[in-house]
Amino acid sequence: MQKKTAYSFPDEILEHVFSFIHSGKDRNAASVVCKSWYEIERWCRRKIFVGNCYAVSPTMVIRRFPDIRSIELKGKPHFADFNLVPDGWGGYVLPWISEMAGAYPWLEEIRLKRMVVTDESLELVAKSFTNLQVLVLFSCEGFSTDGLAAIAASCKNLRELDLRDSEVDDLSGHWLNHFPDTYTSLVSLNISCLGSDDVSFSALERLVGRCPNLRRLLLNREVPLDKIANLLSRAPQLIEFGTGTYAAELRSDVYSNLAEAFCNCKELKCLSGFWDAVPAYLPVIYSVCSRLTSLNLSYAPIQNPDLTKLVSQCPSLQRMLVLDYIEDSGLEVLASSCKDLQELRVFPSDPFGEEPNVSLTEKGLVAVSSGCPKLQSVLYFCRQMSNAALVTIAQNCPNFTRFRLCLLDPKIADYRTLQPLDVGFGAIVEHCKDLRRLSLSGLLTDRVFEYIGMHAKKLEMLSVAFAGESDLALHHVLSGCESLRKLEIMNCPFGDKALLANAAKLETMRSLWMSSCSVSLGACKMLGQKMPRLNIEVMDEKGPPDSRAESDPVDKLYIYRSVAGPRFDMPPFVWTMDEDFASELS
Amino acid sequence: MSENGEGGGRTRGHMGPIIITPSTTFFSLLILHLTQNPYNFLLFLVMEGGLVLLGGGANGGGSGGSSGFSTNESAMSEASSYLAETELELGLGLSIGGPTGKINKASGRILTAKDFPVPRRASMNGGTPPSVTVSGTKRAADQSVPHDGGSPTATSQVVGWPPIRSYRMNSLVNNNQAKAPRAEEEHKGINEEEEEEEDKAIKDGSKQKKPNENLGHIGFIKVNMDGIRIGRKVDLNAHSSYHSLASALENMFVRSAGAEKQQLTMPSKLLDGSSEFVLTYEDKEGDWMLVGDVPWMMFLTSVRRLRIMKTSELRDSTKGTELKEVN
Repeated sequence: MQKKTAYSFPDEILEHVFSFIHSGKDRNAASVVCKSWYEIERWCRRKIFVGNCYAVSPTMVIRRFPDIRSIELKGKPHFADFNLVPDGWGGYVLPWISEMAGAYPWLEEIRLKRMVVTDESLELVAKSFTNLQVLVLFSCEGFSTDGLAAIAASCKNLRELDLRDSEVDDLSGHWLNHFPDTYTSLVSLNISCLGSDDVSFSALERLVGRCPNLRRLLLNREVPLDKIANLLSRAPQLIEFGTGTYAAELRSDVYSNLAEAFCNCKELKCLSGFWDAVPAYLPVIYSVCSRLTSLNLSYAPIQNPDLTKLVSQCPSLQRMLVLDYIEDSGLEVLASSCKDLQELRVFPSDPFGEEPNVSLTEKGLVAVSSGCPKLQSVLYFCRQMSNAALVTIAQNCPNFTRFRLCLLDPKIADYRTLQPLDVGFGAIVEHCKDLRRLSLSGLLTDRVFEYIGMHAKKLEMLSVAFAGESDLALHHVLSGCESLRKLEIMNCPFGDKALLANAAKLETMRSLWMSSCSVSLGACKMLGQKMPRLNIEVMDEKGPPDSRAESDPVDKLYIYRSVAGPRFDMPPFVWTMDEDFASELS
Repeated sequence: MSENGEGGGRTRGHMGPIIITPSTTFFSLLILHLTQNPYNFLLFLVMEGGLVLLGGGANGGGSGGSSGFSTNESAMSEASSYLAETELELGLGLSIGGPTGKINKASGRILTAKDFPVPRRASMNGGTPPSVTVSGTKRAADQSVPHDGGSPTATSQVVGWPPIRSYRMNSLVNNNQAKAPRAEEEHKGINEEEEEEEDKAIKDGSKQKKPNENLGHIGFIKVNMDGIRIGRKVDLNAHSSYHSLASALENMFVRSAGAEKQQLTMPSKLLDGSSEFVLTYEDKEGDWMLVGDVPWMMFLTSVRRLRIMKTSELRDSTKGTELKEVN
């Protein structure tokens, strides 16, 4: 029943036009032009992204979008990666699977991040979605190889199975045998997280051998080096490959087989794995190096000069992940060899040692910023930094979109001037106008937050630890960062005032995490009462909030906007602050 | 379905120009549809008189800020009454008090830095807790860094720092352990002396003599209990003794057990062999040992995962011969 005007298009035409719009954001924008566009759009939306699984309920999603083929869900807050979210917090995918099972029988793609996935959920997936093509479980937990077996047995159209960084309970290595002999559609397989008993190698070999479209294969650590040549020879069409353990006694037959196998992979562009790597076997990949666009050596304890030599042979590198064994000298070589570099991540090899074990300082990052004009994304762990270096880096790389610096001593000052690092990070936000993600560390006062509020207008995600002096800092961020979606804070003296004054801002963001800060229980309750569209979750393992004074700070606070109301699956140590909570106590 | 009392500040009756930008979010558009109001993009509310918590309807001395922070208790009551009379309303940042209509009694104003009294700077030494300058929250501040042993270089003592995923941390453990067998032997020597001190509960378990012990990151390890399919994880950092670990495990498995509840006896007797279950662990050599055998600190360095095993199975299995009896 559409009101006809001279300017209205038939639905079919609009639907056809919409079929060219893929981005969720653009689709959302189109859906609010008018009611009829909303209706047409919702019927033809096929792909949906839910950044917080508690922001909306599966019922609501299904009601609005009746025919979804691809869903992406995220569960726990990001700081769960660092053990800040206790076990049992939530993020269960089963309610979603249960409802989608009936509503979306043609579902093709399921991508989950930081969610709890049980074997029961996986079995339900296997049973309900016969057309499943993509299953990505990124940083998930709660399932075992039994669940994987169910998927393998039932999902005949599966193209992509990616378990990256998930925690899988290993019950049996034979789940791979559950892929029927007739199954040949595998394109991408990432089992790098699996433990020792989880993979039957012969089943893996057979699987790889019968899937001619396999392009991406990431093995787990337990696959020994001498088995890789065989595997690669069955899949020379691979584009991305992750080795298992890369250590073995040097044997000429193993060496030459490997070298030949790699040489035959003419399309190989991405390499990873390299656990326990020994230098002796590095040269086997030299034939591939010139084509490599992505190299992940962050699990490889290789040091210079072998490491630098390897890097110098990869002029096409766009993405480099490495341990700090590369040192400043290696990064200088990287800077001069890899002019296409876009992303660099340098991880610490000994994060808890009191003395530096390698010579990796701010100089390495400065060198890369200077030599690599396309550098956009940085994650850098080191032990010293100066404002001058940060200013130089900012000036060299105005195109940064992601900048994450982690100084291992979280409150360390500029090592040359002993000043806080406010000016340095200020330069980053001032010069890098497209910065979307920023992580701060080092000695930082309220000033850096003033700069961030003033300049970081495109910033979407900010991570802060051990920084700032007062609520003013938090206020700068909440009031100034227009694009802010996710804010996570640990161990900062931020409290009630900034939070309450900027309460409305919280509804424009996906979530706010604050742990070991100074937010009082009373403020949480007030927010809970006044902001019905926010879920204010207080987390405390020591005991219920009503056993303490209102002015006591809460241990952990997680605030997120939701149209689904408070959730009902909270563990005993999480409390929602809402009207009910307040009236219960009074 | 409008929000709490749509008062002024909203244009009714005509949609007006709708700005569609690629950056509009799903959520706000969902709300947008429901309220038929394109101007529901929320910034934040500010009331005249400054912050909600400061000085109520003060005479606006110094642009609404009071000379210092009031204590939280009085601020809360002030704020409540303040809020009651002015209705916390979600309003525009763009045209507060402007032609879009009345916004209640008070006209809004964007908060500026002037509204926040600047705290006195403390000396920025490494050892100073970060929030010492803010009065009124001082008590809170002392608790705000519970894990910090005082020295900022003791990064291993703070949960969540450095921000490295446990998956990667475990890999580092393997690398470092392979390289440092000598460090372990020294550590064993130290532990023998510490044996008597083990019972003195150390709150944050941070008494580490060797900096390179990889203890700080141990964090969560897996625990499986016989009869329960999926394991849980326990944070070893949070415990300083076997007793506290055992009672945590009891809470974890008794609470979540559900149907298995009836089978569970008090696992806090896990350690003395009197319950139906016994607590065992796999050490880094792959052997399964009875928990409680070695000093706590040594246990921390060698434990890989835990298993709550049925006592009957322990007796029957050949593994029983490898486990030492504890007394």
